[in-house]
Order: sequence, then structure tokens, then C-alpha cells
Amino acid sequence: MLLYKAIVFLPLIGAIIAGLFGRAIGAKASEYVTTGLMMVVAVLSWIVFINVGFGAHGEGEGMIKVDVLRWIQSGGIDVAWSLRIDTLTAVMLVVVNSVSCLVHLYSIGYMHTDPHRPRFFSYLSLFTFAMLMLVTSDNLLQMFFGWEGVGLASYLLIGFWFKKPSATAAAMKAFIVNRVGDFGFVLGISGVFVLFGSINFDTIFSAAATYVPAEGAANASDVVINLFGMQLDKAHALTAVCLLLFMGAMGKSAQFLLHTWLPDAMEGPTPVSALIHAATMVTAGVFLVARMSPIFEHSHDALTVVTLIGAITAFFAATVGLVQNDIKRVIAYSTCSQLGYMFVSLGVGAYGAAVFHLFTHAFFKALLFLGAGSVIHAMHHEQDMRFMGGLRSKIPVTFWTMVIGTLAITGVGIPGTEFGFAGFLSKDAIIESAFASELPVARFAFWLLVIAALFTSFYSWRLIFLTFFGHTRADHHTFDHAHESPKVMLLPLFILSAGAILAGMVFYGYFVGEEQAEFWRGALFYGPENHILEEAHHVPFIVKASPFIVMVIGFLLAWYMYIKSPSTPKVLATQHRALYNFLLNKWYFDELYDLLFVRSAKALGRFFWKKGDVGFIDAYGPNGVAARVVDVTNRMVRLQSGYLYHYAFAMLVGIAALVTWMMLGSSF
Amino acid sequence: MIAETLTASLHLTSPELILGIGALVLLMIGVFAGPKSAGLVNTLAILLLVGVMGWIYVTPLEGLAFGGVFKADAFARYMKIAALFAAAVSLFMAAVRAKAEQLDQFEFPVLVVLATLGMMLMISANNLISVYMGLELQSLALYVLAAINRDNVRSTEAGLKYFVLGALSSGMMLYGMSLVYGFTGNTGFTEIAAALSSETRSLGFVFGLVFVLSGFAFKISAVPFHMWTPDVYEGAPTPVTAFFAGAPKIAAIAMLTRIVLSAFDPVFHDWQQVIVFISIASMILGSFAAIGQKNIKRLMAYSSIGHMGYALVGLAAHNQTGVSGLVIYMTIYIAMTLGTFAIIMSMRNAEGQPSENIDDLAGLSSSNPFMALILTLLMFSLAGIPPLAGFFAKYFVFVAAIEAKLYALAIIGVLASVVGAYYYLRVIKVMWFDQPRGGFAPASAGLKLVYGLSGLFVTAYVLFGGMLGTAADVAAKALF
Repeated sequence: MLLYKAIVFLPLIGAIIAGLFGRAIGAKASEYVTTGLMMVVAVLSWIVFINVGFGAHGEGEGMIKVDVLRWIQSGGIDVAWSLRIDTLTAVMLVVVNSVSCLVHLYSIGYMHTDPHRPRFFSYLSLFTFAMLMLVTSDNLLQMFFGWEGVGLASYLLIGFWFKKPSATAAAMKAFIVNRVGDFGFVLGISGVFVLFGSINFDTIFSAAATYVPAEGAANASDVVINLFGMQLDKAHALTAVCLLLFMGAMGKSAQFLLHTWLPDAMEGPTPVSALIHAATMVTAGVFLVARMSPIFEHSHDALTVVTLIGAITAFFAATVGLVQNDIKRVIAYSTCSQLGYMFVSLGVGAYGAAVFHLFTHAFFKALLFLGAGSVIHAMHHEQDMRFMGGLRSKIPVTFWTMVIGTLAITGVGIPGTEFGFAGFLSKDAIIESAFASELPVARFAFWLLVIAALFTSFYSWRLIFLTFFGHTRADHHTFDHAHESPKVMLLPLFILSAGAILAGMVFYGYFVGEEQAEFWRGALFYGPENHILEEAHHVPFIVKASPFIVMVIGFLLAWYMYIKSPSTPKVLATQHRALYNFLLNKWYFDELYDLLFVRSAKALGRFFWKKGDVGFIDAYGPNGVAARVVDVTNRMVRLQSGYLYHYAFAMLVGIAALVTWMMLGSSF
Repeated sequence: MIAETLTASLHLTSPELILGIGALVLLMIGVFAGPKSAGLVNTLAILLLVGVMGWIYVTPLEGLAFGGVFKADAFARYMKIAALFAAAVSLFMAAVRAKAEQLDQFEFPVLVVLATLGMMLMISANNLISVYMGLELQSLALYVLAAINRDNVRSTEAGLKYFVLGALSSGMMLYGMSLVYGFTGNTGFTEIAAALSSETRSLGFVFGLVFVLSGFAFKISAVPFHMWTPDVYEGAPTPVTAFFAGAPKIAAIAMLTRIVLSAFDPVFHDWQQVIVFISIASMILGSFAAIGQKNIKRLMAYSSIGHMGYALVGLAAHNQTGVSGLVIYMTIYIAMTLGTFAIIMSMRNAEGQPSENIDDLAGLSSSNPFMALILTLLMFSLAGIPPLAGFFAKYFVFVAAIEAKLYALAIIGVLASVVGAYYYLRVIKVMWFDQPRGGFAPASAGLKLVYGLSGLFVTAYVLFGGMLGTAADVAAKALF
């Protein structure tokens, strides 16, 4: 039991030590304490993962619960802090703690010159704690605590260089856009409480199985909830709750419409991007839907929406990624796109495939980000790929690790077998599931995903070619001084490279293959008619080969455009200027939102400020009264003229007034 | 028989007799010993005042003297002690600053003692004639005190203004008294009350009532008879102003309270209206006009106008709670006022020249933190911020007004005190938040003692307020 508590709370202790005593113990000690604790936690979580996922099979339900303390007992709400350790949690523990540990380590090198390292490491550890709180939660409120905790840490870390206006703006944007999603999440939690009378997972899950009455049953059309003026019966209420929860997931996981914050979040230090905005926090939405699979499984409408949003995100982000010039932004859009894949997988009911992709993606995406960080480090904080090129010989280790990451994300492997890089196995599982699904939108999603895979391959190789190949476009000084990163930064790259190569092949069988039922042991819920993973194995070979084919096409295109004939992109861009600008400006989402929400909100705010507060409340309230007081004062002071006869006159007037009043006011 | 009543009367008036004889003795000492005896006379005067205070405290006197013109009761006892205390402290502060303010003349303490004698007669007066006698004795001494710096233009101007307007108000009061006498046929309070309750009051009597009350309102500087106050406060030497702000106010309030609650009690609906009017007018004017002031003595003048308005709320309530509140109010008021004036007297620049501008207090918190702390406490107390004494003062009179169903009066009072809080807080703001300029010469030990004790009083009032309240209840009970 202590083992689990240690995993969750050691990072918090690290955060407190580095945050409160960082000044006293110094930057170096702060780094070592937090990183050391994270290493311990990472090792412990692998032990837990092996125990829970593989050890002691047949020992009951396969879920461990650790009570920490009572939290809220009020009326119908009975919420405790307990850690829920099942296979899903164990997978997340491994992902979060491994990546966090490596990022801590990497940051020692990357942030070497920053004067505020204790604060940075404190935030990193605080984030890790919040994320662990999220994935170990036993009820929705606890999850919400972690959810907001990671949001806070994300805000703090995006704005870590708070003297940079763009960083603070990005931090605020991330926070505010997430509020939109969180609003839905809170409503979803409330909805769950209304429907099930509890927000504890055990209660919800057991009730959900029989919650929706059979078609034509007596109480099928009873109204159970009134939402935004709609009278919803049980089935629709469940859908509404699922959609509200999904809204929270969309915000945190940067899905289409709520995605705008993620690219901007790249303003934060690169290790942060790797940890929070690639490997862990942004997958919280995926985790949420996977965790709530016992509910989602009962609402086909909700699943359809999840599939649709996921597919659109995957496609949309991939198109934008094609033309971005900032090395981190390319990877950011790539992340956005890959999250879309995961949601499609969730939507079609292949929860295992989604979590599998989450798992492998964490390795190769963190690898890509840290590799990009290494490039940026080498190039003295130059992030624009147009000013890179030819770095292959300068930073060979970074080059090779990034190639491994690219091979993983583009899904290199041998179709029809279980042999390939991590992304090959997980992504192909998703694409096959999408094809096999019977949801009405599944076929549409399938095509979008295949096209997205083509784009993924293209932009990933484009990144490699622009950065490492050809003649350098950097200025001489920077290029000559480009140097390989220190070992403390390269070590994480090696470990993640191993993960990017092996994670797919080693764990395929457990996550989605033959042993999946044994492995998950009920942590993910599949309805009785849900055989999607089984069916995904039996799709036609051409479907299985399709990702591979488009990957090769993407690679060749990128090779042609950036190695063979580097003038082509320019020509294309000028020929299709409108399309190019459309993509370069991210489908004009920022501008659209600016127009729709930001400006109108600002106009409304300005109205309330200028007209409402200053113009009305202040003018007639405090300021108005104060001004009148000054007027009265001035008049009274002027009465005090200093002349005796004025004073005597005032006395006589006073007495005359009093006498008159007494005469008229009293009865005589 | 006659000898017996005379002895009894002399016994009842023993404090006044001691004070009167003492004043004459002091005068003799001064005349024969010459100007250099000023310090000695001052010290003796303080001892005399304190001695009489002690005498009153140890011998509770109760009864009517000289055929009913003089009344000794618990109320008179309390108010006399308060007035004597205020006078003694004023003299003490004046002694500290006598040289600098050119008050090192033996006439000064003698005049203060004589004025105090007048006040004691006012407090105990039970007849229109004795009221007038006490009032004039006090006033004549005060006129001279205001103008005691004969070489100073502002001081003489203050004295002259005070005298002319005081004479006008005395005339009006005398006119009112004659009307009251004419329509009731008596000058004694008890007889007037009896006459008023036996027959319906006439218009002529109401005229007289208004004129009499106007005269009293002048003495307590209530609006609209307040105009002299800022000018006299500013022009008179600061120790004299400190004296003006304390003891005479107590005496005048006591006299007003006694006359309306005994002689005019049957027609309380009439005088209540007048009191309510001048109370509201005083509270409002005191609050608003003070905001415009730059001179701290003028500020305190308006402050005292406002405070008289609040005190009158207790009287307007016309019940025992109200009078008890009024008595407590006056007690707290003199404690705060004397402390504040001790600080004003300590406001001297490095060359020893007095400075009276509020802006001179800028940055006092860093140059003289103790003084700044005490003045802050006093200002908070004057503004009526709990848990300081000033809050309780206001609280009791407002509670009495609510009991008497004078809701409008209470509400206006509370609102006025909100406005009034502004200028008190501004002083605090200047002290703590403004850039220091120069700073002051170190305050003398005597003044430090006075304002230190005053600060202690307003802070610790919560602890011993109950005792004071009991004494005030006893005093108020004597009038009902």
C-alpha cells in the first residue's frame, strides 16, 4: 500500500522541497532531489505495472484500492481520497513517471543556464503529482482535482519565462481555452451525480450496465434530467452526460475546436512541451474517456461524436502540420493529430488500441520533442527550420534518435506482421479498428485517418530533411558553434529511442492482441456486442497495408520536395497561395475565434468597464458621491468667510428659521 | 434656621467656594510676586483644580442650595469632575508650552480657574438667573483667554470675534429667558416645569425656548451657531484652543441637558425638534466642511462641531439611555480631543516653530512612529472605528436614538460619520503613506505623557468601559 502512496506523493514532496526551499538549498540540490525522487517513482511504477498487468493472474478482480483519507461527506455526496490501481492506471503510471523522470533528467542539461531552475523543477514535479492524482483517482471529483492541477502546472510552465509577453499570453490562452472544456466537464460530473447518485467509479460503473432500459420498456421515456431546457429520458441523458464529459476531454486533449491553445503552448521550455504537451497531460482526455468506457459504451451517439471529432482533428492538425516552419509547432500539430487518432479509436470502441497508441505515442513523441530540444539547444534557441539544415554531421546522435522517432511516428513496419516500430503497431491497430467499426461515421473516419497518415509521414520527414539535410541556411556563427548536447540530455533520448522501437512489438499482444482480456482484466469495458478488436484482425490486407503505402508515398514526396528538388515547395506555395495561407494560418481558427469570442468578449468587457463600471457605478456610486461631497464641502467652506457680520447673519437666519419652523410645525 | 440653611448651602457649594477663593489667592500671588511667578501660579492652579476634583469625588453632595438656584446631584458631580479634569490637563499642557506660546503670564491660569468656576456654576445651575451668571463668568474669562496673545493679530482677532458673537448670543439667550419668565412667571427650573405642565404652552414661550436653546447651541458650537468655532480655534494659541475644545463643551452640554430635562421637560416635543435639527445640521456640516480643511486646528474645530451633533443625538432621544450615552460620549470626546491637541502642540519643526498644516504630518510614521501610532489610534477613534473608544461613544447614542424611534436621526448620523471618516483617514494616510518632509522636533515628555495616556484610553476602553458606563448611568439617573 505504501508503494502506491509513495508513487503519488513523492513527486509532491519533491515539488515542495524545490519550490519552498529551492533558494535555501540551491539550484543543483533542487534538481537532484526532484530528479532523484522521480527516478525512484519511475522504477516503482514499472514494478506496479508488471505486478498489476502481468503478475498474480487470477487473483480476483485485478483492481487495488488504497484509501488515503476521507474528503467530503455531505448529503448524498460521499467522496474519499483513494487510489484506484488497475491496469489502465498502471499503464498511465508507467507513461507519466517514465517520461517525467526522463524529462527531469533532460532538463538538468537543457535548463542549465536558467537562473530559476528550482522553480522549474518544482513545477515539473508538481505537474507530475497532479497527473498521478488524475490517473489514480477513484471518483470524478478526485479526477477533477488532478485535472485542474495539471492545468495549473501547465499554465505555470507555459508561462515559465513570464518576462516574454508571448509566453504569458500563451499561458493565459491555454488556461482560458481549457476553462471552456472544464465547464463541460464539471457539468458532466454533476450530470453523473444526478443520474447515478454518486460520483464514485465503482457505483457508476455497476449502475451503468443496467441503466439504459430496453427499447420499449415501461420507463424508457421517463424524463430523468432537464438539461438546457431539454427533457431527456435515460438513454439521452446518458448521451448528454457523455458528451459533456467529452467536452472536458476535448479541451484538455486539444481536439478540434478547442485545439488552439496547444500550438501556442510551445512557448514553454521544450522539456515541458515533451512532458505535458505531448506525452502526458494532453492524453488526459483519452484517459478520461477510456476510464469512463463503461458509460460511453452505452451511448452510440456519444461514441459517434467522439469518432467524428477525433477524425477531423487527426486530419485537420496533419494538414496544418504540413506547412509550419517552427520545429516545435510541427511536432505540436503532430501531437494534436495523433490525439485525434486515439479518440477515433475510443469512438469506435477499441479502447485498448487507444490506450496502446497513447502508450507508444508517449515514447516517440517525447523523443521527438526532446530531440527537437536538443536541436534548439545546439542552434542557440533557433526554432525556425528555414534557418537550419545540414545539421546531420554536427549533431549525429540527435539526428539518429530523431530518425528513430520519425520512423516510429510514421509507422514503419512490415504490414501483416507484428514487426515494426511502436507507431506502426498502435496506429495501424486504430486504422484497422476504424475500418472494422459499424458506426455510420467510421468509414469516413477511416479515410481521414489514412490521409492523415500520409500527411504525418510527409511532415515528419520534411522536418528531418529541413533540419538535418542539405546545405545549412543558418548563419555561419550559429552553425559553426552548433554542438552535440551533453550526456545528461542524450541519455533520455537513448531510453526513449529504445521505447520507440520496442514498445509496440513487446506490448502489442497485451494491449490489443490475444492476451488483452487477461491484461486489462476489466479496466476497460467492452459491451457484449463489442468485438471490434477481434474484427480489426480480420480486415482485408489492403486495409492493413494502406497506412504503410501512404507512409511510403509521404516519405517519397518529402524526399522529392526537400532533397531532390528543393524549389518545388516554393513553386507550389505560390501556385496555390490561398490554400497555402489557409494551412499556414491554421485554417484561420485563431482569427475566427478572435473575431467571434475574443473581440466580442473584449467589447462586452469594455462596455461593462467603461459604461457599466466607470460610467455608471463609479460615476453615480463612489466617484459621484465623492464629487458631490467635495461640492458640498466647497460650498460650506465658502460660507466660512471670516466676516463677523456673515457669522452674525447666519445665527440670526438660524434662529429665524427655527422660530418659523416651530410656529408652523407645532399646533397653537 | 437661616444659619442652618446657609451652612447647608455653603456645604453644597463647597467645591465652587474653594475654587473661587483659590482663584483670588492665585491672583494675589501673581500680582504681588510679579511676572516671574507665572510658572508657580500655573502649578498651583493645576493643584487647585485637581484638589477640587478630589474633594468632589470624596464628598458626594446632594441637594438644593440658596433657595433652589443651585443643585448638587450625581449628574453635576460627574460632569464637574470631567470639566475639572479637562481644565487641569489643558493647564498642564499649556505649562509645557507656555514659553513658546507666550502664555507665561500668571493671568492665564487664573483665568482658566475662573472660567472653570463659571462652568461648575453652569453645571449646577437650577435657575435661569444662575445659569446666566455661570455662563457669563465662564464666557468673559474665555473671551480674554482667546485674545491673551495681545501682540498676535490672529489671537486678538479670534478674541474679538468670539466676544462680539458671544455677546450677540448672550443677548438672544437673555431675551429668550425673559420671554420664558414672562410666559411662565418663574425663573426656577422646577417652577417653570410645574407651570408648563399645568397649562398649555403659548407661542411666546416657544419663542423664548428657541432663543434660550440658541444661546446654548452657540456655547457648544452647534450649527448654525457654530461660525465662530473654526476662526477662534485657529486664531487662539493652541493650549487655549485645547482648553476651549474640552471643558466648556462639557459645561454647556451639561447645562443644556439639565434645563431641557427639568425646566422644559413637559414640552419635550418642542425642544426635541430643535435639538434634532441642530444635531443633524451639526453632524452634516461637521463632516462635510472638515474635508476641505488644510489646517489641523480648523479640522479639529469642525470635528468638534460634528461631535457635538453626535452627542446631541443622545439628548434628542429623551431617555435615560440617551443621557447616559451623552455623558459617555462627552467623556470619551474630551479624552480623544485632549490627546489630539497634545499631538498638535507637539507639531513643531526643527527650529521649534509650531506647524499646523496637515501636510506637515507627512511621513510621520518614519520620523516619529510613536506619535504617528497614537495619532492614528486617535483618528480611528474619532472616526468611530471599533474597537476603539470612539466607536462605543457613537454606538450608545445611536442605540438610544433607535430606542426612541428616531430612525432618521440615527441613519443620518451614521451616514455623516461615514463622510466624516474620510478626513480622519486622510490624516492617517498622510502620516503613513506620504513622503516624509522634515519631521518634527522631539515632543516634550509632558505632552508625550498626555497623548500616550489618551491613546491608551481609546485602546483600552473596551476593558474598563463598563465601569465608566456604570458611573454614567448613575449620573443620568439623577435627571429622571
